[in-house]
Amino acid sequence: MSEYIIKNGHVFDPVQGLKGDKADISVKDGKIVDKAGSGAKVIDAKGKTVMAGALEVHAHVAGPKVNAGRWYRPEDKHFDSHKKPGITRIEGGKSIPTVFKTGYEYARMGFTFAMEAAMPPLYARHVHEEIHDTPIIDEAALPVFGNNWFVFEYLKNKEIENAAAYISWVMRQTKGYGIKVVNPGGTEAWAWGLNCLTINDPVPYFDITPAEIMNGLMAANEYLGLPHSMHVHQNSLGNPGNYEVTLDTLKLAEGVKPKNNFGREQVMHSTHLQFHSYGGDNWGNFESKAKEVMDYVNKQDNITIDTGNVTLDETTTMTADGPFEHHLHGLNHLKWINVDVELETAAGVVPYIYDPNIKVCAIQWCIGLELALYAKDPMRCFITTDHPNAGPFTRYPRVYSWLMSKKVRDERLNTFKNADKVISATNLAELDREITLYELAAMTRAGPAKALGLSKDYGGLKPGMNADIAIYDINPDKFPSSGPEIEKAFGNAAYLFKDGKICVQDGKIVDFGNKHTFWVDAKVKENKLVVRDIREKFLRYYSVNEANYPVPESYAPHQHIITVDATQA
Amino acid sequence: MPKVVTDIICPFCGTLCDDIECTVSDDNKTILSVKNACAIGAEKFNHQKLPGRVTRPRMRQADGSFKEVSYDEAIDWTAKMLVASKKTLMYGWASTSCQAMSIGHEIAEKVGGIVDNCATVCHGSSLIAIEDVGVPSCTLGEVKNRADRVIFWGCNPAHAHPRHMSRYSIFPRGFFTVKGHKGRKIYVVDCRYTDTAKCADTFIQVQQGYDYELLNAFRTAARGESLPDTVGGVPKEKIYEVVAELKEGRFGIIFFGMGLTHTMGRNHNIDIAINLTRDMNDFTKFSIMAMRGHWNVTGSGQVLGWQYGFPYAVDLSRRDQARHQTGETTSVDLLVRNEVEACFYIATDPGAHFPVDAMISSSKKPTVTVDPHINCTTEISDIHIPVAMVGVETGGCAYRMDNVPIETRKVVDAPEGMLTDEELLTRINKRVDELMAAGGA
Ligand code: SF4
Ligand SMILES: [Zn+2]
Ligand SMILES: [Zn+2]
Repeated sequence: MSEYIIKNGHVFDPVQGLKGDKADISVKDGKIVDKAGSGAKVIDAKGKTVMAGALEVHAHVAGPKVNAGRWYRPEDKHFDSHKKPGITRIEGGKSIPTVFKTGYEYARMGFTFAMEAAMPPLYARHVHEEIHDTPIIDEAALPVFGNNWFVFEYLKNKEIENAAAYISWVMRQTKGYGIKVVNPGGTEAWAWGLNCLTINDPVPYFDITPAEIMNGLMAANEYLGLPHSMHVHQNSLGNPGNYEVTLDTLKLAEGVKPKNNFGREQVMHSTHLQFHSYGGDNWGNFESKAKEVMDYVNKQDNITIDTGNVTLDETTTMTADGPFEHHLHGLNHLKWINVDVELETAAGVVPYIYDPNIKVCAIQWCIGLELALYAKDPMRCFITTDHPNAGPFTRYPRVYSWLMSKKVRDERLNTFKNADKVISATNLAELDREITLYELAAMTRAGPAKALGLSKDYGGLKPGMNADIAIYDINPDKFPSSGPEIEKAFGNAAYLFKDGKICVQDGKIVDFGNKHTFWVDAKVKENKLVVRDIREKFLRYYSVNEANYPVPESYAPHQHIITVDATQA
Repeated sequence: MPKVVTDIICPFCGTLCDDIECTVSDDNKTILSVKNACAIGAEKFNHQKLPGRVTRPRMRQADGSFKEVSYDEAIDWTAKMLVASKKTLMYGWASTSCQAMSIGHEIAEKVGGIVDNCATVCHGSSLIAIEDVGVPSCTLGEVKNRADRVIFWGCNPAHAHPRHMSRYSIFPRGFFTVKGHKGRKIYVVDCRYTDTAKCADTFIQVQQGYDYELLNAFRTAARGESLPDTVGGVPKEKIYEVVAELKEGRFGIIFFGMGLTHTMGRNHNIDIAINLTRDMNDFTKFSIMAMRGHWNVTGSGQVLGWQYGFPYAVDLSRRDQARHQTGETTSVDLLVRNEVEACFYIATDPGAHFPVDAMISSSKKPTVTVDPHINCTTEISDIHIPVAMVGVETGGCAYRMDNVPIETRKVVDAPEGMLTDEELLTRINKRVDELMAAGGA
């Protein structure tokens, strides 16, 4: 394998505390090393920014609802859907790009990993088929557990060990990475057209509450010692006044201790917090509660969050929060897809236009930015757009420009049609903070890597770590002052190394690298009861046989398996 | 000793039953018996051992007869045809694996093909409707566990999807449906009294061509508005009564088929059926599902979806952009208007399903057909390339009518030396690369 020395770049790496220091990075055999051989190829990074490859902590990029969004929206292909010159395939779609475009676009922006945020176990094969076809970037997927009948039954009786054994079984069958929870209990209620809007609303028939589900899943997560924590999309998403439910949920983590061998310190990752930080009690007095929510998050070391920044685009919302999508359809009357999945979950899809002329959309935009700007510890606050829910991931460079330049974001804020009303319903105008390149490296590299339990090999540039490296045409001494310049630099990496191979050069894809699928194999003690329960549920309630449930090896030909031993737990 | 293979997936209809058992001869070459499958499913497995099966490619001679050729020759001829043609119709895909489709699409993108599947002549109108208004749906297990109101509209599963009713929709007992059939109200809406109607609590005979009006009347009744005395031949009292029963249910579902997609109104019929379903969600829980025919036609839509963003009729002939426009990039229209230069058919039989005019046009073009067996299309082709039967002699992914993906299984060996679709397409792809590198395009 080729060796490289990346010379004279400004290196930003929270793992080593490098804050733009000029340093040389050497690459050999896919790893970062102290010193490359004399034959190493020299990459001149003078006047450029060097960071580790970025990690996407939460996006909907592969699977049944993503694909429904793609094919039922032919109009989404009207924009920007061409093959670019070179080795790439045809690229299609704007808010929900095809798999090819997804891989290329992440790579062009300097990303080397993306987490598919919601995998229905019954559809795991579909998720992996798409992951398999997505070039360059490493990927993993989180199976959803928050509305699963097995989980309800075990947790109702406080059987953490059985819940953990079942979870480990599902993760192995589906090649899943961790425990995702979406609208706990509410999505099962939706199978009868109902919902759970607080953490104490009982789930119809199952006699359990969202709080009990989340407490139990956090306990099971730590019992297994998984690399990632419970990853939660809370109840009452998108509703005015929901920040109280948000605080109630976050408080569930109080006193819960992380237990794992991966250096992970949080026990709850609360995702797309923008959608959960709303005040007011109707759309008229809708306002930001980002400060209240972040004041709490800042105090609690065992919580991580991601933002879910609204990008002010036409997009396609999609979530396992089935009742929410029905509700949204009731608001905007755009075409609605719903899929209820036996014993496990549901999903909905509705297009949405975040119109900057609409006050609520502009306030949502402010809230997402406020969350990041209020974050005291950038290692616990990650930037996302909950792609494609608050906007497509391809808008990250624009989100960075708003966060990194007070001037750029004020230009946007002050030109909203309802600027006065927006400003009075939010705190953004008063915030002067500008996220630095070092903080950005924490929010998009080192932080997510640590939260995902991948910090040993990813998210940094220390010798021994994986050689996933992004070089941007940004001179930190002359940081670009206009939005478009910032966007261009972050949208077109000067170089992207993936596993020590150059995959992007000057914003162009030059190699497809070695894509890997990550999944977690958690070993537990033999559990006859759980084996019997699984057999019984498949015989009586599932529409497929147990033997046809697992995802075969061939779907993840290049797998990176993280093994966890919970047999002694 | 013959052995038993279990948990086999039936590669025949969109029900995709996954509980088939076969007894297989000791040498792994012959299926001796089939258990659990319906008659048409069992027939598919039995096809495997029919005498006189073609196991090598056949090329048409000047005198019209076929001559056996090697796979290499057939692959070379096919690749040359694909490279020479500026616009090739690459139609079928409904009876092969998603893995094979993926390779086919790569070829199509290189040579400028138009990839279309059987939806183009069956549920294409449903897909258009979904592109317009979305679709609230569910998995078949949800129907089994929850549904207490089941409507079959313009479909006849008793013949087309024989085990659908026993596995999912009428008879099974599920978690919240412990009484099985007794706990469900079954409705059949059709212009004729079908065998499925025999299982119904209520049969509603709609006048032929009046489905749209009747669905509209259901919506009207659901909103409590007034109706004329009869709609589509159905008395208004009946309509009010049925709608009231549907609202009383806890979980309803509409299954629909060709009787709705291919009668007057077409995609608009589906559109309004979906809108009725949507309306019903204001009162109770309701879903709707297309009774997809071929076992993996759904899979073709999925793979095209994630690779190009459209579910069928994907025109890649510009090579740098995918286009999808019903009436323009759909197979029958392309053939009737004589807009393609060559035809590549795989895993279906357009000769048996397309209108005569389309097949007359097709028969005048260089044509390759890839199919395990001789069919109507092979007989008008320049080359017939036989392959292993997917789901019987090789595995691969398929999507059930509710989009649930299931990995089909290999049950027996294919006849000595036969290629699978995946192997064949991989070799064609390689040959296309060689020809294009040599300036063939
Ligand atoms: S119902 Fe369909 S899938 Fe099931 S056995 Fe019959 S033909 Fe095969
Ligand atoms: Zn979510
Ligand atoms: Zn999400």
